[in-house]
Amino acid sequence: MSAPVAIIPRSQNPKGRLQTEPAAVRWLLIAIALAFLTLFLALPLAAVFSQAFEKGLSVYLTALQEPDTLSSIKLTLITAALTVPLNLFFGVTAAWAIAKFSFPGKNLLITLIDLPFSVSPVISGLIYVLIFGLQGWIGPWLQAHDIKIVFAVPGIILATIFVTFPFVARELIPLMEAQGKDEEEAALVLGASGLQTFFRVTLPNIKWGIIYGVILCNARTMGEFGAVSVVSGHIRGMTNTVPLHVEILYNEYNYTAAFAVASLLAFLALITLAVKSVAEWKVRLQLGNE
Amino acid sequence: MKTGFIANLLTAAFLTTSLAQGADITLLNVSYDPTRELYADFNNVFAAYWKGKTGDKVTIRQSHGGSGKQARAVIDGLEADVITLALAYDIDAIATKGQIKPGWQKELPHNSAPYTSTIVFLVRKGNPKKIKNWDDLVKPGVSVITPNPKTSGGARWNYLAAWAFALHQPGGNDAKAKEFVIKLLKNVPVLDSGARGSTNTFVQRGLGDVLLAWENEAFLALNELGPDKFDVVTPSESILAEPPVTVVDRVADKRGTRKVAEEYLKYLYTDEGQKIAAKHYYRPINTKIPTKLAKVKLYTIDKAFGGWQKAQKTHFADGGTFDQIYDVKK
Amino acid sequence: MKLFKRHNNVLPGFGLSIGFTIFYLSVIVLIPLSSLVFRTAGLTWGEFISTVTAPRVMASYKVTFGAAIIAALINSIFGVLVAWVLVRYRFPGRRIVDALVDLPFALPTAVAGITLATIYSPNGWVGRYLEPHGIKAAFTPFGIVLAMTFIGLPFVVRTVQPVIEEIEVELEEAAVCLGANRRQTLQRIIFPMLLPSILTGFALSFARGVGEYGSIIFIAGNMPMVSEITPLLIITKLEQFDYQGATAIACVMLLTSFLMLLVINLLQKWSRRYAE
Repeated sequence: MSAPVAIIPRSQNPKGRLQTEPAAVRWLLIAIALAFLTLFLALPLAAVFSQAFEKGLSVYLTALQEPDTLSSIKLTLITAALTVPLNLFFGVTAAWAIAKFSFPGKNLLITLIDLPFSVSPVISGLIYVLIFGLQGWIGPWLQAHDIKIVFAVPGIILATIFVTFPFVARELIPLMEAQGKDEEEAALVLGASGLQTFFRVTLPNIKWGIIYGVILCNARTMGEFGAVSVVSGHIRGMTNTVPLHVEILYNEYNYTAAFAVASLLAFLALITLAVKSVAEWKVRLQLGNE
Repeated sequence: MKTGFIANLLTAAFLTTSLAQGADITLLNVSYDPTRELYADFNNVFAAYWKGKTGDKVTIRQSHGGSGKQARAVIDGLEADVITLALAYDIDAIATKGQIKPGWQKELPHNSAPYTSTIVFLVRKGNPKKIKNWDDLVKPGVSVITPNPKTSGGARWNYLAAWAFALHQPGGNDAKAKEFVIKLLKNVPVLDSGARGSTNTFVQRGLGDVLLAWENEAFLALNELGPDKFDVVTPSESILAEPPVTVVDRVADKRGTRKVAEEYLKYLYTDEGQKIAAKHYYRPINTKIPTKLAKVKLYTIDKAFGGWQKAQKTHFADGGTFDQIYDVKK
Repeated sequence: MKLFKRHNNVLPGFGLSIGFTIFYLSVIVLIPLSSLVFRTAGLTWGEFISTVTAPRVMASYKVTFGAAIIAALINSIFGVLVAWVLVRYRFPGRRIVDALVDLPFALPTAVAGITLATIYSPNGWVGRYLEPHGIKAAFTPFGIVLAMTFIGLPFVVRTVQPVIEEIEVELEEAAVCLGANRRQTLQRIIFPMLLPSILTGFALSFARGVGEYGSIIFIAGNMPMVSEITPLLIITKLEQFDYQGATAIACVMLLTSFLMLLVINLLQKWSRRYAE
């Protein structure tokens, strides 16, 4: 990849003109930030990998090829494939309504959207059990029609959607509010249709927010433990997601395998990095062509 | 709407894959944490036996977790054909919801407990703190690891074992027993939520001088994690833990798996089943099966505490002795 | 007056987007959450009050909300710093650091808890250097703050980061042309622009911390009255098959977080107006 200036906003500004802090301050800030991240993020990551590879590469690879591990990976991928698009669509729609219009009760709405963040994962799982469980509202009906929601895949997906519900919306709302609606209004005045305005004007402006939102939503989807644990039923090889499988392995004193599987989720962060870099590069290419 | 639709689709897909074809039978055994290795072994042996006897292929799926949590999952609809939990109290809870017939505990011999266990101590190699019996646990400077009895079935056995020990000392009564347990809990630095969590705290974090554990868990930890690092100490007296098993009537009748489910549990009582239990450091109820475990004087929950319902109410329900101890301690 | 403004808005799609937003919100969040309230309604008012104000429960509120506020403050300060450094400065390994920020999301909370306990317990990588100085990190309330800081960090960084990226350099240049020095620019121009997103990040990090369960139980020690968090008490109630007690405490948590989020969102609105 070429010069690492991609993220700098509206990069028509040559780097030299960019006002910044004195070099000493800059390096001090970088040092503080890195020290903090090392203590809180790099060390845990290193701990995961050091334990995953404790017994060597072959043990690591064997752990990953175990059938129960593979089925947990499959289930996690299915969950993410459904959860992320749904929450993305919701996030963009909600952000459009909230950021571009004023209406009474807006703060209430934003707060309600935030709510799933603050709901303890334990509760997020429990509420679906309270509704779909055998003692719940429609549990007996589901039972009679032999439809499984909780302790089966649909319950896992529902709980995951709940937990990752606000990610995209929350990422986009402040961004779109900061941008205002002048550009869209101009486009409409110039005769663009609503959809055209959205795709040509709004979308390019919020692409970073969308990318971050999707990345966060996806990462959290794959990593969610608490809520899924409540609705999963923990049936080996059937309703275990990757995080649940990690717990099972750990509880079987199979530490190396547990951390090997956990390291997959840590790799996710690194894949994220690649995706983001490619996206940035493509976008820059696009800008260059115009 | 869209979610609901997709959920239905998935459910449909899920059901078609899990529907049994011909003589392919699946059973779901919902169990508590420490039985993983036991049932992994037993399921294979039973599947082979059943194939030989009937020609049907039976696949047994396992779900493991804290005993109370597993009971709740079944209450809320987890379709377990058989349930094998840590204490009768948890199965009673399912029975009160009508999913298991009352009197289930009389269905199989020996209170429906095909194997028993007890509570022992896991100490660091060489036993540097010289911990031999329950009264060594309350000495100052001894750090004891046990999970929280509110969230862990195993911890309830630990708590009651200590209580029963104090109760049976010369001049022992409930007040003295409570005194004893208070002293013991003062030596507990961490209360994990489950038995395996405590084992990990003791083994991985290096916390504590002694871990109170299921006998089978203690030996498993010893074998898995290093015979050179730990010793198992069996106290002179302890509590008789009877982990019961039963068929979940609602599910077995609905899925038509009653026969195989019953046979599955009965097989636990055969010499074959008993040998497997003994191999995994459970105490077989058939005394003819050889066991490596030390002789211990064991108190039963019924004699010492008047049964699980009463023990639960007195000690672990809100406001029970466990809560009283911590509310006073502050 | 606000309604009037909406009529003047030329942008399309309000009805559709708000309609879908409310529909999806109801199906996924509001209706399921209402089941908590209905389940709790089986209790009488007196039972409800005595359940949610029991000494153990009160102590757990203090621990949970206190630790969450501290963790959110730590995250707000360092999160903004990290976001700023990542967007504005160039240094080797920046991209890797950028990716690392998402780690707390990707790592299952149980793994995070186990890992943090590995590092900060008395025999851990860092813990063994803290122990001689009398600092006990794992298995104390401090451990709870550690875990909450870990899981909450990305919220602040990822909320503030896009806003820093969107700040137009022209603004800063204009400030310089008008004679402002760097500190004035930061204080008067940049900080007010960032404030709404910092508040959002704070709110999210706080809210996430309050609800966290999986990672904390591994590192908190879970001693009643000292390091027992509220979600653990909910689990405790459930283990006794006391659904109503569990949902009662859950309702209190829900209401408290909702109110705090609402206040912060209002604050944010106010700060935006102040910035304009």
